[in-house]
This record gives sequence, C-alpha cells and structure tokens, in this order.
Amino acid sequence: MGYVAVKGGTEAIERACRLFAHERMKGESGPLEVKQVKEQLYLAVDRVMGEGGLYAPDLAALAFKQAAGDTFEASFMLRAYRATQARLGYSLPVSTERMRVVRRISSAFKDIPGGQILGPTSDYTLRLLDFDLLEDDDARRKAFRERLFADLPADAEIPGTFPKVVAILRREGLLAEAASMPTEELFDITRRSLTFPAPRNAALQTMARGETGGMLLLAYSSMRGYGNIHPILGELRVGYIPLTVPHPVTGEPYTIGEVKVTEAEVVARFEGKNGMPQFSLGYGLCFGQNEIKAISMAVLDRCTRSDQPSCPAEDQEYVLYHIDGIEAMGFCNHWKLPHYVDFLSDLDRLRKAQKIARQEECHADA
Amino acid sequence: MQMREWLDHNDARPGEDDDRATGYPFGFMDEGAKREVRRSILKAVAIPGYQVPYGSREMPIARGWGTGGIQITLSLVLPEDVLKVIDQGCDGSVNAVNIKKFVQAVADVEITTDTRSATVIQTRHRIPEEPMTAEQILVLQVPYPEALREVEPSEAETRRMHAEADYSRMWLFLYEDIVKYGEISISYRFPVTVNGRYIMDPSPIPRWDVPKLHMADTLFLFGAGREKRIYAIPPHTRVEPLEFEDHLFRVEDFSGKVCARCGASDTFMDEIIDNEAGERLYYCSDSGYCDKRYGQCNNH
Repeated sequence: MGYVAVKGGTEAIERACRLFAHERMKGESGPLEVKQVKEQLYLAVDRVMGEGGLYAPDLAALAFKQAAGDTFEASFMLRAYRATQARLGYSLPVSTERMRVVRRISSAFKDIPGGQILGPTSDYTLRLLDFDLLEDDDARRKAFRERLFADLPADAEIPGTFPKVVAILRREGLLAEAASMPTEELFDITRRSLTFPAPRNAALQTMARGETGGMLLLAYSSMRGYGNIHPILGELRVGYIPLTVPHPVTGEPYTIGEVKVTEAEVVARFEGKNGMPQFSLGYGLCFGQNEIKAISMAVLDRCTRSDQPSCPAEDQEYVLYHIDGIEAMGFCNHWKLPHYVDFLSDLDRLRKAQKIARQEECHADA
Repeated sequence: MQMREWLDHNDARPGEDDDRATGYPFGFMDEGAKREVRRSILKAVAIPGYQVPYGSREMPIARGWGTGGIQITLSLVLPEDVLKVIDQGCDGSVNAVNIKKFVQAVADVEITTDTRSATVIQTRHRIPEEPMTAEQILVLQVPYPEALREVEPSEAETRRMHAEADYSRMWLFLYEDIVKYGEISISYRFPVTVNGRYIMDPSPIPRWDVPKLHMADTLFLFGAGREKRIYAIPPHTRVEPLEFEDHLFRVEDFSGKVCARCGASDTFMDEIIDNEAGERLYYCSDSGYCDKRYGQCNNH
C-alpha cells in the first residue's frame, strides 16, 4: 500500500527511498570511493557530465555512485545541482585548434598534417572478456605500467597545436560554410525555451547535452537509410581546451582551467547550391570523451539543416524535442504516478460508449 | 582449392574440442554457426547478387567494423590457409590489423601482405590491384547491403522491389542525378546489375574497382554482419554498373598522377595532405602492391 498518498503512504515512501540506498550497500564489498569512480569509470563520468550539462568530474562521479550506475539518474542529479548555481557569465569562444590533443583521427585522409594520433580508445580492442581483471591488484597494475612505458623515448616532442583537417578543405573551396564567428546573439537554452526553427547555436547547445543513446538512435536511422546524408568523418579529436573568461572588472581574458571535450566534424555529400557543388559540414562537440555522441551530434547537425526534411532525423523540431534524456526519462517515469482520476474519467467515457453501442445493437436486432 | 577437396578436408579436420591455447573453438564461432554461414554462402553463389539473410553472430569486434566479412572468413579458413586483410587497400590500417589479430588468435592462419600468395583475402573498400585467380576468394566487408536503400528506406519494400525486379525508381534516381549535376554523382558504392537480374551494392569500393568484378576468375563473397546479409558474385558472372547509353559509367580520374613511392601511374591513389599549405602527394592505395613494386625497383 506504499504507492499512493492515502493513509500510511508517506511512511512507505520514506522506506522505499531508504531501501534504494540500502540496495547499494547491502553486499559484502567495501564502499565504492568517488575517486575510484572518477578514475576508473571515467567514461561513465564523462557521459554524465555531458548529459547533465555541467563539467564537474567529482560531482558527476558522486552522482553516478549515488544513482547506482544509472546514467539517466546521475545526469539528472547533476543538472538539478546546476540549477542551484548562479550564472556568473559566459566564457570566451575558443578555437579547438588550441586543443591539447590526446586523440585525433581523420577517416577522410590516410595521413594528415600532424599525423593520426590514435590515443586511448577501445576501438581496436577485441571485445573478449579479460578474465585477468578478476585478479586486478596493485602489483599487476605496476607491472603493466612498467611494460607500457619501458620503451618510450623520454624526449619525444608533442606538438602544441594540430591543424584542422576541415580548414584545409575550406581553404580550397571544397566546403560550403566559411569559418566565421557567429554574428547572431547567443541563445542560452538554460534561460530561454526553444522556438522553431531554432538558431543553430541553440540546436548545438541542445544536442551537446542530449542523451547519447537517443542521439545515436536518430543519427543511426539516418546512417541506415532514412534520409542518409552519407557522412565522412573529416576529423575527430579528444583533448583539453582552455576555459577563458573575461575579467569581471578589466575585461581582460583569463584562462581559469581546462575542459576535456570530444569534437567531431563530418563532411557530407555536396548539394550543388548556387550552382557550385561542395561538401557541407556537420559539427559535434560534447564534454569528456564520448565519441559516439560527438559523431551522432555532427550527423544530426548536418541532417537537421536539410532544406526539405524527409525523415525524423532531418526534422529539427523532432530531433531537438526528443534527445534530452532528462526530460524524456522524467516523462517516461511519470506514468508511474497515480492517474486514478484521469483513468476514472476515461472509464466513464468508455462505459458510456459501450452502453450506446449495446443499445444500438439491440435496436439493430429488433 | 576445389569445393570437393575443401569439403573432404573439412570433414577430416579435428573437431572443435582440440586443445587450443585460446580456449575458443577453431574459428571462434561454433560449428553450427559456421555451417549456417557456409550454407548461406552456397545459396548466395547459386543466386548471384541476391542478398541471403542469415543469423549474424556477435563477434568481439564492433558491428560496422567488418563483422560480416569476419564471419565469412572464419567459416572458410583452414589452418593451412594464407590470409591477407586490407582496409582501404592497406595491410597496416587499423581495421585490417585488428581483424588479423583476431583471426590469428582464433584460427592461427598464416598472414601475408602479398596478394598472389594469399588463399583468402578479406577487404574493406578495395579490390587488390593484382588480378586474383580461381584458387582465391575475396571477402568484402559490407556496411550497406541494399543498393536500393538510396531510393527506399524500408527493407520490406526493397525486398519486394528485388523480387519483382522493380528497379524503375533506381533508374529514375540516376536520371534525376544527371539532370541535377550533369552526370551520375554516386562516387563509391556504385550500384551494379549482377547476371542481368539483381541490382547489387558492390560494397563501398571505388568505381575504379567495379570493372574487376565483371567476368572475373575469382569468387567474391560479401558479408554484412550488422544487416545480417550475405551475397556473392561467382566467377565468370556478368557485373554491369548502372549507366545510360549517353551517360556512361566512369572510373576515378588519376591522369597525370604518379605514386610518390613506387612510381606507378595505373593504380588507385591515396591523396595525402603533405603539409599545412595543403600540398598533395599521391601514393598507391594498395600498399601490398606498392611494396612489391618498390622492392623490385630497388633490387634492379
């Protein structure tokens, strides 16, 4: 009888909440440290930060622990926490050319200036269960690290910046869009509700905190054939970009830290606008290392800018309204709320309709 | 190897409980799964260009990374096979390296980069430059098995269109393309008609490679793991790219381009951005062939 707020409901609800916390701690293993989550489940942390729309690795790790590994709930908590923080200002635009790159690949060209930097990725691993990990301990980790770093040259030079592949295409007039600072006023989606057609910067903001799975679904529907734009991954990079803000008094730019992001630029089929066939660009950027999301975002960015939407993934309104995991999960879960009143009203209508149908049957028989 | 020989050989081979170091059966998949793949291949060979649905298994490599090709390769290879794997023409590219590592771990075959000495070649998006023989099999990885997907998103509908050879929308698409762009704008994955019947997606090979499918000595097998389809072009089969009398199919133009390494001027080239100024260099996309030519030049 704990489901509805009749007598005894409050007490039952309290206990359900405590029972949820208890599920996490009832086993024999020691408490999971937030630091362990942050360091060893970092991809989950990245995902939660991205979907929550708040770059805060410690808080994201805490949320992930508290939510027992549910990324929807964890992102939700992070976004709710965000609502408690004052908006102090906007950071300055930054060129991702200045990214401190840990991974950077292009699938459009075999070799690119600066080289293909594979970096840390599971892409090339065999997805075979590694039973050695069952016996994970400090000695094994130490040995692994020693092997990894044994034959590395200590004085290897790391370039400070990497040229953008699409910039090269752009210079040659192969890309439709020019690289330019947006002239339109920034539409802050955390302060205003979307209107359609949404300006591109609002669409990109919405997608940047969209739910990975939802965005993948829509992007995949396009890749499979429902409006395929034939994307090629011009460049994908993962790394750290400086966070720069204007000084509140002097207005001088100050770098106050860095943020790990994944950036994807897809180049899609030429359109022959203005008589000149060209490639067009789709852009994706999200917090942390989340390559599926960045690529999906880039594909959807390109899809939703189609002149004549022919399928869901090309319909900007359809995409932007349905990719937010926190809104979607909240509404999905709301069906568990009591709907007794609504249902009673439904029942009334149904019974009345049946009664009329029966009367008509009687008349027909008679 | 001939079919009869292969079948006899396969029966005589030790079963899957032979003591392998990996703890996985030879060829990773269970014998039933491998048999299913082989049966699907036989059907595909019997109906050239027809997409045979099959129960695609989960490989420890992600969908879209060549799992269809891998399942075909694993169901065919024997310990004495010599395998070559290429990705966009290159033996050392990530996808090829990854697949070789896996196949070697579970089937322990010899690996080569030489097209001539391979018995089975698995490829992503290229056909080797050197002509292949009747003794060899080329396994192509396929992301989109459906050539009609461009004009019809629904699988139920494209299957009907194939069954009725109702290809008018495809031809109309090509016609409209010509009206819009002055010529057919399909770059790679150029649709072909196989044996005068089915329109088929040749996998994302460049147009350069399409003529190599026509009346070839070699068996071509196409595997689409994610979409769960296998299809084939048997040796000596007519394979014709879709074209109009007044708008003929054309391969990529590399006139005046020479490989900066081996000097070849008759191969499909990779364009490399040499520096930030955007200067371009050209190299053979088929790295095995380039190595061979480069070695010969340097020995003489």
